[in-house]
Amino acid sequence: MASKPRVKVPKNAAAGEVITIKTLINHNMESGQRKDKDGNPIPRMIINKFTAEFNGQPVFSADMHGAISANPYMEFTAKVNESGTFKFTWVDDDGAIFTAESEITVG
Amino acid sequence: MKMNRRDALTFAAGAAASVLAISSGSRAFANAEEIDKKLMELAGGGMPETAKVMLNTPEIAENGNTVPVSVSVDSTMADGDMVESITLYADGNPNPDVVTFHFTAMSGSAVANTRMRLAKTQNVIAVAKMADGSTYMDKKQVKVTIGGCGG
Repeated sequence: MASKPRVKVPKNAAAGEVITIKTLINHNMESGQRKDKDGNPIPRMIINKFTAEFNGQPVFSADMHGAISANPYMEFTAKVNESGTFKFTWVDDDGAIFTAESEITVG
Repeated sequence: MKMNRRDALTFAAGAAASVLAISSGSRAFANAEEIDKKLMELAGGGMPETAKVMLNTPEIAENGNTVPVSVSVDSTMADGDMVESITLYADGNPNPDVVTFHFTAMSGSAVANTRMRLAKTQNVIAVAKMADGSTYMDKKQVKVTIGGCGG
């Protein structure tokens, strides 16, 4: 159900700089509050966890509930001291995992 | 302002939403109590101090399905001044939990932006937990024209 993770990380940064990262993934984030035509509740199906790592070290994470909008958007910061790779992970209620990576050059 | 068909429909839906908001007032109260309980638990008894946390929401959200929200805590993110997490609650949603952001020293700053759903006009509450266990909060009311809970 989810698709096309999109991330925006600057290509270059100075050592010790605090950069802004923007991420978005296509997902309809079914909240579990809606009902179908026959009045039966539609089960919850959302991305419940987002994490960002830099060279294997945790940078930022978010535990999400049904009140996060469809196509969940996250904007946060990271302090970079060296060149490396950001890895982003989204976890779906059904256990599916989506990832994206982005490299940054420092110096 | 010229009123076309779309505007007229939007207005009608808004009026209907406000009627709904009044009729479900008691439920929001129960949620507010539940949130107060969670805040006290986080703060270890008593309420978190209203300071340090900056919660930014629009004053009026036309569409409750995507309400931009940004939260930040005044912190150097160095040892002794670390923000561990920020949690957002909405006291008028069917489920008051919204999101919890977790920060590390590598976050560089305690800032996060996202988009949330609001079922109706209500308060959004942000509570920050520092690494030393202290807690701070901020609260903003958002007026919602069209609710964001399907239905």
